[in-house]
Amino acid sequence: MQSNALVTFDGVIKRFGGFVAVQKLDLEIHKGEFLAIMGSSGCGKTTTLRMLAGLDAPTEGEIRLGGKPINDLPTWKRDTPMVWQSLALFPFLNVIENVEFALKMRGVGATERRKRAGNWLERMQISEFAERNISQLSGGQRQRVALARSLVVEPEILLLDEPLSALDAHLKVRMQSVLQNLQRELGITFVYVTHSQSEAFAMADRVVIMSKGVVEQVGSAQEIYRAPRTRFVAEFLGSSNIFAGTVTPTGMLDAATGQHRLPRAMSGAAPKSAATLVVLDTRSYLSAVEPGPEFDWVRAKVVGEEFTGAMAKIYLETSDGSELRVQSGYDELAALPINNGQELFVYWRPEDGHVLPNA
Amino acid sequence: MNDFNRNRFVEFGLRFYIFLSFLFVFAPIAASFVFSFNSDRFPSIPLGSFSTEWYVAVASDPLVWAGLRNTLFVGLIVAVISTALGFGAAYTDFRYRFFGKSAYLALALLPPTIPVVILGLAMLAFLSRINLSGQSISVIIAHIVICSPFAMAITRLRLSQMDPDLEAAAWNLGASEWAAMRYVIVPFAAPAIFGALFITMAVSFDEFAVAWFVSGLNETLPVKVLGFLQGQVSPRINAIGTFVFVISMTLVIFAQLLLTGGAKDAQSASND
Repeated sequence: MQSNALVTFDGVIKRFGGFVAVQKLDLEIHKGEFLAIMGSSGCGKTTTLRMLAGLDAPTEGEIRLGGKPINDLPTWKRDTPMVWQSLALFPFLNVIENVEFALKMRGVGATERRKRAGNWLERMQISEFAERNISQLSGGQRQRVALARSLVVEPEILLLDEPLSALDAHLKVRMQSVLQNLQRELGITFVYVTHSQSEAFAMADRVVIMSKGVVEQVGSAQEIYRAPRTRFVAEFLGSSNIFAGTVTPTGMLDAATGQHRLPRAMSGAAPKSAATLVVLDTRSYLSAVEPGPEFDWVRAKVVGEEFTGAMAKIYLETSDGSELRVQSGYDELAALPINNGQELFVYWRPEDGHVLPNA
Repeated sequence: MNDFNRNRFVEFGLRFYIFLSFLFVFAPIAASFVFSFNSDRFPSIPLGSFSTEWYVAVASDPLVWAGLRNTLFVGLIVAVISTALGFGAAYTDFRYRFFGKSAYLALALLPPTIPVVILGLAMLAFLSRINLSGQSISVIIAHIVICSPFAMAITRLRLSQMDPDLEAAAWNLGASEWAAMRYVIVPFAAPAIFGALFITMAVSFDEFAVAWFVSGLNETLPVKVLGFLQGQVSPRINAIGTFVFVISMTLVIFAQLLLTGGAKDAQSASND
């Protein structure tokens, strides 16, 4: 399985003065995978990417690319092209000259590099703009130029630093599929840094969630969504109801919102130990009358609602102040009195609960 | 602009004010220009007949030609060296963060704020001590000191418009630090570099006080003009003045075109 690793972060620490941007990072990036590194700003995701590109040097630890340590290799000798958040296209060069740049730096002859750059423009469907200035292009076209400029050297790995953040929602979705198809066709490794859960989950084979310089969880979108490992991840995803408490001798969870049943796998937990139960908002339901005994429930007051087409998200607050959310179809909600301040029952099946392994 | 928010009288007043300001600045130069083509020996009104005799007189004076040659020689060398120095200082500011940087910047921008008489005296004292006074090289050294800060300020302004990721992007695409300098930084800063060449040349071309102190027998044109004035009042001064003014203005206008054109580029590139 070691042979599968293209990049290895081995105990990598990065400090800026007294600030620790990345703490003891151990991470393997596999050949040919689409890996997303996700987290809020300042979590260390961009620093991780910049260390891989050679723009920041690790304070401690080793980074290996294809098995070889690259700590001391300057960025221009690494072959780890990056697509920048600002795109960083050269404004004094036209489109095809931008794409040719990396080939020119590698000493490829003028005719050869024009041909190879032309092929990439064609592949990115921007051939007609070859002689245009960068300032004459739209956001989506610039994105394609930036991709072509990085991919023209046919690297083993492509680094992307929030490249879609400046695009509007519609274009973002289109570029996501462009990126995903490109990665599949080329079969090279993409490392994609983003703060957007929807981008990461939509495209990546594996997602790394970081917070305060620490990796909170690594896994497929499904795994992370269904079974968050830590409270941070559950909160960051924002799609679960979280109940923290202690385990009672009868195998229940004693939380501020009352006693809740734990899923069967966890009911053997040691009494008095702390545990956190999470229930997805799509597996939580609302009712105006008390639900049956097969469910667990809490009372809560409606504090807000958010409609997104056919689905709606209802925000509620329990008497102890914890926030709950329920995601449901528009039709099911129509039968309920959803008004601010209205008290309702939020209920779920105990077996849909998930207990965080690392609270 | 909405006409609703404008006051015709205020607008007229402001336009008139601008007109007066320009009149104040350019009237003496215009007078000099007019009298340089006047046949009378003394500047007086009514004017005599149109004449180019003073230009002919100036052009046939070998001393004027020597002064002009010297000025151009000095100006070209000063422009190239001070632009190179100014670029280096501006790039240092752009690229590096270091202790004492604000002191470094203040020092680098200091020379033009020193009164020229003091600068000229100090230059003379220093250059004569190291046996470099009274030659063209003395004027060159003194003018480089005066001009480099201008070149630095111009280049620095341009580099501040550059996306700081641009240079790193070049490294990331396989450019060594020298290659990134040659293929990214210099092309981006090119309008400012040419602008700085023209401005520093214009400054050197016009500069009188320091050159008067250090030039000795290798007088530049402005110093030569003073020599004329002391000996005699001649309309030839007007002819030379007009000539010098046209040269300087041409240089400054070139620089201005380059710099504002470049700024527009950078803006439209970063706007959307």
